[in-house]
Amino acid sequence: MDTLGSYDVVVIGAGHAGIEAAHAAATLGAKTAVFTLSLDFIGNMPCNPSIGGTAKGHLVREVDALGGLMGVAADATFLQSRMLNRGKGPAVHSLRVQTDRKRYHMWMKHALEKTPNLDIHQAEIVAVDIRDGKVCGVITGLNGYYSCKAVVIATGTTLGGRIFVGEAHYDSGPDGTHAATALTKCLVEHGFTLRRFKTGTPARVHRRSIDFTQLERQPGDPDEELQPFSFLTRQPMHNKVDCYIAYTNPETHRVILENLHRSPLYGGDIQGVGPRYCPSIEDKVVRFKDKERHPIFVEPCGEDTEEMYLQGLSSSLPEVVQNAMYRTIKGFEHLEIMRPAYAIEYDCVDPTTLKPTLESKVVAGIYGAGQFNGTSGYEEAAAQGLLAGLNAARHALDKEELVLARHTSYLGTLVDDLVTKGVMDPYRMMTSRSEYRLSLRQDNADERLTPIGREYGLVDDARWAVFCKDREIKQNEMDRLAKTTVRLADLKAAAPEGAELGEIGGTALELMRRPYISYELIAKVIGRGEGVTPAMAQRIETEIRYAGYIAREERLIRDIQRHENVKIPENFDYSPIEMITLEAREKLQKIRPRTLAQAGRIPGVSPSDLAQLSIVLLKQK
Amino acid sequence: MDRLQQTICALATPPGAGGIAVVRVSGPDAYPIVEKIFAPLHVGRRVAEAKGYTAMLGHYLLHGQEMDETIALFFREPHSYTGEDVIELSIHGGTAMADGLLEALITAGAAPAGPGEFTRRALEHGRMSLTQAEAVMEVIAANGRQGAALAKSALDGRLAKRIGAIQTALQSLNAHLTAWIDYPEEDVPELSDVQLLQTLRTQKAELDSLINGYGAGAVLRRGVDCVLLGRPNVGKSTLLNLMAGFDRAIVTPVAGTTRDIVEQAVQLGEIRLNLFDTAGVREVGADGDAIEAEGIRRSWKKLDEAGLVLAVFDAAQPLTDADREIARRCQDRPALAILNKQDLADSTENAAGTLRPYFKKVITLCAKEADSLQPLTEAVAELLGTAQLDTGAAQLCSARQLAAATRARDAIEEAIHARQAGYGLDAIGICLTDALQALCDLTGEDASDATIEEVFETFCVGK
Repeated sequence: MDTLGSYDVVVIGAGHAGIEAAHAAATLGAKTAVFTLSLDFIGNMPCNPSIGGTAKGHLVREVDALGGLMGVAADATFLQSRMLNRGKGPAVHSLRVQTDRKRYHMWMKHALEKTPNLDIHQAEIVAVDIRDGKVCGVITGLNGYYSCKAVVIATGTTLGGRIFVGEAHYDSGPDGTHAATALTKCLVEHGFTLRRFKTGTPARVHRRSIDFTQLERQPGDPDEELQPFSFLTRQPMHNKVDCYIAYTNPETHRVILENLHRSPLYGGDIQGVGPRYCPSIEDKVVRFKDKERHPIFVEPCGEDTEEMYLQGLSSSLPEVVQNAMYRTIKGFEHLEIMRPAYAIEYDCVDPTTLKPTLESKVVAGIYGAGQFNGTSGYEEAAAQGLLAGLNAARHALDKEELVLARHTSYLGTLVDDLVTKGVMDPYRMMTSRSEYRLSLRQDNADERLTPIGREYGLVDDARWAVFCKDREIKQNEMDRLAKTTVRLADLKAAAPEGAELGEIGGTALELMRRPYISYELIAKVIGRGEGVTPAMAQRIETEIRYAGYIAREERLIRDIQRHENVKIPENFDYSPIEMITLEAREKLQKIRPRTLAQAGRIPGVSPSDLAQLSIVLLKQK
Repeated sequence: MDRLQQTICALATPPGAGGIAVVRVSGPDAYPIVEKIFAPLHVGRRVAEAKGYTAMLGHYLLHGQEMDETIALFFREPHSYTGEDVIELSIHGGTAMADGLLEALITAGAAPAGPGEFTRRALEHGRMSLTQAEAVMEVIAANGRQGAALAKSALDGRLAKRIGAIQTALQSLNAHLTAWIDYPEEDVPELSDVQLLQTLRTQKAELDSLINGYGAGAVLRRGVDCVLLGRPNVGKSTLLNLMAGFDRAIVTPVAGTTRDIVEQAVQLGEIRLNLFDTAGVREVGADGDAIEAEGIRRSWKKLDEAGLVLAVFDAAQPLTDADREIARRCQDRPALAILNKQDLADSTENAAGTLRPYFKKVITLCAKEADSLQPLTEAVAELLGTAQLDTGAAQLCSARQLAAATRARDAIEEAIHARQAGYGLDAIGICLTDALQALCDLTGEDASDATIEEVFETFCVGK
């Protein structure tokens, strides 16, 4: 074996998790290397050519607020942008874009190449060198050795990857990359608890074979309303493409049901656990028999290709059945498949064996991120990658690591859910997972996280300056609104005829507490504050209108904070606490919570157990 | 939800009969909560302004009704048992009054204290040593395990079904809302305002009925404090024996043999009466027995506190001034007039007519006869409002359940209010999850997990 180099941090995988991990670690000044099976698949999107969506859009904003790349890349390469849930309340507004898949990859590859302190290597990591429970280096498939102080595993679906299409199956990563087959064995030998998960992706088809006159057109938001992901993006944005909607019909369902025995999912070949929220079309048809149609979103993959992605039609049926099934769909009568749909199984870790820093409890210095940790989705992966990379670098540099509490972010919520409750199937972020979702909005991710990112070394001077300026603009405008009185008569004059305005005038701030009075209306009377963009106006409006709810969440946060502040030593021994139930003791022993608050979130730990624990902890102080 | 900063309340004295019962309220909202349910005797005094280490006299209020005389003792943080704002409310002993006060506090927003919660708070605020706390916690842990088993069994059967039905309705609404919000692009059916508000209102009404039934249910469950009142020798003790079914009190024709208030629980139909036979009320002359005078004073007092007053009159004799004094004092009390010795009377119409304005109901019977029990039972049931109460129906049976139902009800109310005020579905969703969590707490489930589970069960969403 030849020693080829020495790093602080090695990142295995350059997907969405690996990119952010490598970039974050290098930003902190750690000497970093990222290893990928193929340089041509950095930031690949083997599934949807899209970024964001409900709760996922929040994660992208959070990654951006912490200095990550995903938001900037998405803004630079998007094809179509929409703000979802506009009518349902500001806390659930979610930005979603279609991206140009190849340009996104190129942008990311270039961004990594330009990152100081970061080396990029095309190589398979076949083993991690672990001595005395600590990571010391990595070994490549070409028998090269790199020493390192910390490793981030971000292997996605390539770790033990196996593809299924009908009766055919073979070891492979997505899009023709080869599977990483050796690393699993090494991890298991060192005590990692691995499991098999499964996911699937739909077919890519030729644009010319679709009859778009039979489909519903789905345009992006008007250009002038487009909002970027990144807090740094200020240039105007333009939609470039439309998406379309098609529907399955009873004939489609009949074809699927008649050929169900040819699906490896139903034939029993696939053992991996699939995500509930990303069911294959077979699952949908079997589980929801009464539904007469399922929507299919037809999305362009890029400006330089005729490939279209069929969201909603993931499948592992044989190619011939896929053909028959697609062609029953209106507008798809002559559909040409370019890449058939497939299911893929892969190895991942039981996330309850991770700490909230995303470091393994089994081997010091090994961190996990993305699908390896049991999640699904580019955004979930990127967010974890950033945290894992940051903490791996801080571990290597011997600095205190970052744990994000639930109330700070969707990222904190995601990680806490993973390491405290574990997962039964791939975890997808949802707004309903956060108990603080009126506070954790996508519009205020910078206020929530940029100061933390700055403190931990992720946020550079340029981003910090932008943030400080925005913060100042907002504060000044809040002050102005609180001080400026608006007469009802003036408001009436500015409002459309017959608009509901309330009975009396007041300060602008008081008036904006009424859900029917917008910032834009107030601005017609008292003018706009200096530097207040439409996005900032919306943020101000939300904070004023939802002040009561936000205050309530803040109170909850203060309460839980007291328990977050009660730390539990890492090697705390629960066995002598006789007054805790056996079930609770076993769970606590396994999860090893960091704080009393985390202990309270473990399923099976009751308030009474918690009370006992808190007394023992106080005693040890 | 974390309950660390919630304001909690519990009976601080041993349950059951006793001279005085103390209910302790602790937490950041102790003052605002007590202010809602405490009417100071001196107009102009305010609970919110009370200083630590002071006291205030007044009454507590349940459903807007003035209840027992109450002394409030105020403690300001950190100078209290728990180190938080604390108010101790002293009322007269007996289960009914203390339960009423707890009910009032819980419906005003306090949570029933969990096992060891006062102690834990005291410890956390450095108001108690570890050794002390450990000793207390050991006892609580033992009780807690027993209590947990009890609480679980209490949620079996009919109540579980009724709460379960509310939970199911809220959960499916929440799942629908979640699916609609988290999957805006899928064809999840739109959740109309009409549908949303209708479900919320229906479930709120269900919870209201459970909450309102709590008081009446408590009467059935724990019994009602009942006082027997009447001049000497009108037949109170005979009536007591009729109800008790054996010679409990000494029945003699000599006036004034019953001096002490005798507590006795009897089952009258569905209702348990905690009976207090009282010293006969009569004018005590200058040569009057001092002990008896004390007994009489206590009888009057008991009348003010009782949940049911049975006033006995002699139908065979014309009403005396003492009878009229009794009748006057029974006005506005849950009092039943019983014209006894019907067998010896010529006519009871006159007496009944005189008494009627003062009483909720007047009946005539002969306490010596066993078949008088039936009309008495019916009259009492009607007066207490338990006649309409379906005893087979589900009832909330603990303060914990009442608190959960109240929390859920309030959260639903907030959701309705938010929707009507024009707030987005995000705010409604938060309120709805709160309501669901309150009910899930009774069974130890997690509302968020349960909802997400249901989203994927019910809706075909995902790429």
